[in-house]
Amino acid sequence: MTAATADRAKLLAKRNRLEAWKRRLPLLPALLFTIVVTQVPFVLSLWYSFTEWRINPPSPRTFIGVDNYTGLVSNSFFRDAAFTTIFMTVASVLLSLLLGTGLALLLDRDFFGRGLARTLLITPFLIMPVVAGLVWKTQMFNSSFGVLNWILETLGFDSIEFVSRWPAGSIIVVLVWQWMPFMMLIVLAGLQGQDPSVLEAARVDGASSFSIFGQITLPQLRPYLELGTLLGTIYLIQVFDHVEVITGGGPGSTNIPYFVFQRSIGGGWRFGEASAFSIVVVVASIVIANLGLRVLSNLLEGEAP
Amino acid sequence: MSTERSQIVGQSRRSTIILGLAAWIAALLVFFPIFWMVLNGFKEEIDANSSPKLIFDPTSDRYTEVTTQTEGLLGFQEAFTNSFVIVAISTLLVLIMAIPAAYSLSIRPIAKWRDVLFFFISTKFLPIVAAILPLYIIGTRYGLTNSRIGLVILYTAMNLPLAVWMLRSFFSEVPKELVEAAQIDGAGIRGQITSVILPIVAPGIAATALLCVIFAWNEFFLAVQLNSVDGSTVPIWVSSNVSTRGNFLAKLSAASTLATLPVVIAGWAAQKRMIRGLAMGAIK
Repeated sequence: MTAATADRAKLLAKRNRLEAWKRRLPLLPALLFTIVVTQVPFVLSLWYSFTEWRINPPSPRTFIGVDNYTGLVSNSFFRDAAFTTIFMTVASVLLSLLLGTGLALLLDRDFFGRGLARTLLITPFLIMPVVAGLVWKTQMFNSSFGVLNWILETLGFDSIEFVSRWPAGSIIVVLVWQWMPFMMLIVLAGLQGQDPSVLEAARVDGASSFSIFGQITLPQLRPYLELGTLLGTIYLIQVFDHVEVITGGGPGSTNIPYFVFQRSIGGGWRFGEASAFSIVVVVASIVIANLGLRVLSNLLEGEAP
Repeated sequence: MSTERSQIVGQSRRSTIILGLAAWIAALLVFFPIFWMVLNGFKEEIDANSSPKLIFDPTSDRYTEVTTQTEGLLGFQEAFTNSFVIVAISTLLVLIMAIPAAYSLSIRPIAKWRDVLFFFISTKFLPIVAAILPLYIIGTRYGLTNSRIGLVILYTAMNLPLAVWMLRSFFSEVPKELVEAAQIDGAGIRGQITSVILPIVAPGIAATALLCVIFAWNEFFLAVQLNSVDGSTVPIWVSSNVSTRGNFLAKLSAASTLATLPVVIAGWAAQKRMIRGLAMGAIK
């Protein structure tokens, strides 16, 4: 290789690198911001989790290794909270997906006042979670002034104190009420992208409504149902506001976000221990995220890089 | 067009009526708690705190009560001003960063755009509670708690991944030839974005911005942990109307109605765009 071609190769490589950085440049502000604001706190949490650090009564921070983690394994409150989180997330995602799909199927047909009906149906998604929780608690579930109990009594049944009898169930009802419209919007988008001529052909061939739905509509809706599940899980696994206003973390309704809060700035002030809880949550979330990302890569499949 | 489609799909008249009726019943049931909340806001406390009533003497007194400033308590005006400022600035920051990022993940994609997109979405899986302790400690040390700046930063971080994800799917709808033509004409990245891309993806940007506004306006956890004294937002103002003494249902309903109104109206106005936006997010 002569010196001249080597120089040219170097120059070319330099230009390529420059070009690559020019492409990356528009991405950098968003990427750096996200790294600084989301990753730095986790690194700090990791450090705190290896320390004994109480604020009340104040004590100096001391390094204690993995003691916080070993204590966590035997903590039955943590296990309960983990179970509550899984139960609340799975139940509310599945129910809102199911009901949302049903509503979307109803809305996909033409009927009198369809636009207004859709407007009414999406409204719960727009409502502030704190308001949704308070309205359901004080005006629907309440045993003396609540509408649900008024209906029960009118029908001749005894009134039920819903929130104390089914704390997790009551929270799930409100979560489903809020997220069902979101699922409905996603599925509706999928239904409106269907090709009517395919449906017509199936009908001409004598296919029943059920087999058309099962064999044509449902496979087409798959990416939409997956997107709904993914986004729903991301938000519902982190539910805090509803727990706070409906039960205040009463028995059977403390999920992990609420539990970590209680143990740290919510009154426990045991920062080291609470940090260990959060790290376990992060690890669990990464496992769930990996599953979710696999769904995502299926979604992105087939798209040119 | 709609009757044609009904014929194609082969709906009989009777099933159309029955299913339409079912949709309306579902819509009214789902909307009922909101209707009831608005109704209760116009009641006297004594009417709201009794067995449910549809007929009553409507009054706007509760609205006067909740919007009147009480010395030393979080006022209506203060909470709404804080919320408007925080939500507007954070949504603007999200768009300013997400639009160029979406560009370099779709129109002129960097080598590992998939990995970067995964990274953005994966940060949404990390629970906020796990970060709240360090945020609280950093915030107190640098005077970011009880100020608007802290929440602006956090809401920007909270919505940025979702915005990048949604905008990328809108951007990949833009025909490559148009962008190339602009490039040949000598337009830089900024020129391509403002003159070619933005006009095409404007509805998508509106849908994205709306979702950011909804999530930021409604956020409670970070607000109550970090800004419970100053810079408090609307969700905190609503929950401050719950009292342990005396009846508060009508007052709470009035406050709740005011708090939800801005986002509900925005959502109603933009529902069709949201459907389109979410559809693209699923497929592209």
